[in-house]
Amino acid sequence: MTLGRVVGTIVATRKDPRLEGHKLLIVKPVTPDGKDEAGYLVAIDTVSAGFRELVITVAGSSARMADGCKDKPVDCVIVGIVDNVSMDTGR
Amino acid sequence: MQIARVIGDITATQKHPSHEGKKLLLVQPLDLDGSHRGMPVIAVDSVSAGIGDRVLLVQDGFAAFTTVGLKIAPIDSAVIGVIDHIQLDLGLDPVPAAPAEPRPAPKKQGKKNRAQ
Amino acid sequence: MQLGRVVGCVWSSVKNVGLTGQRLLIVQPVKADLSQTGRAIICTDCTGAGSGELIYWVRGKEASFPFTDAEVPSDATVVGIVDELNLGKPKPEEGV
Repeated sequence: MTLGRVVGTIVATRKDPRLEGHKLLIVKPVTPDGKDEAGYLVAIDTVSAGFRELVITVAGSSARMADGCKDKPVDCVIVGIVDNVSMDTGR
Repeated sequence: MQIARVIGDITATQKHPSHEGKKLLLVQPLDLDGSHRGMPVIAVDSVSAGIGDRVLLVQDGFAAFTTVGLKIAPIDSAVIGVIDHIQLDLGLDPVPAAPAEPRPAPKKQGKKNRAQ
Repeated sequence: MQLGRVVGCVWSSVKNVGLTGQRLLIVQPVKADLSQTGRAIICTDCTGAGSGELIYWVRGKEASFPFTDAEVPSDATVVGIVDELNLGKPKPEEGV
């Protein structure tokens, strides 16, 4: 799982029928201290995440274990909205 | 999933039986600014995408072969959606819309506006 | 499976129901010499590891196996806390 920030949305009318009714969001990976990282992810939203929110994404085949994504053609899912990140700064 | 652009299609006669009757596309994964991201990949098509379309590319085995109605097959990527619209707020231009359609005037203006 | 060090944790109250009750740790992958490698990831935990501990974690579909029956949507899980790491290098005094 990685931390990310919601930076955009994608609209697609013609898509796999199993994706209908799901929100597609563009997520930019961030480090635990909030800095942007290279690359991006397109993820299905299961928690009603909003614009600029810090979220948890899960990738790969495990993404389909998320509630509401069973047997759907997805490889990246937003599974949580982050309230707080705590880092051990002593190391 | 990734944003990609269809840059070609592929035909093959000699191939795995599970690929028969499936459209194979050559797609170029894109970054958020529209630049190329890595090498083009070959993906099966499940939504009748055409050359020049911006598409959703999934690169997970199960996701890929189930979109084309197979239980198990040697397929690792598939096009599962045609993108209509991308909304982005990064201070970047979003991945430019289909270059295959010549619409130069409004496109240029749009870019200028965004730059301001 | 890979080595890592727990460097923090994440709290989330709005999350997929499959993640309910799971601890979420921030893990920095490390090499055998314990130097950092790659970027930090978030792991579920089945060991009770705490901050600063050297652990090993598994990635991929297998990451949800420790929680079987509950379908936990996780792609990385801490599956062990490292007690001792022996790299098999001969100690200087042993060399003859």
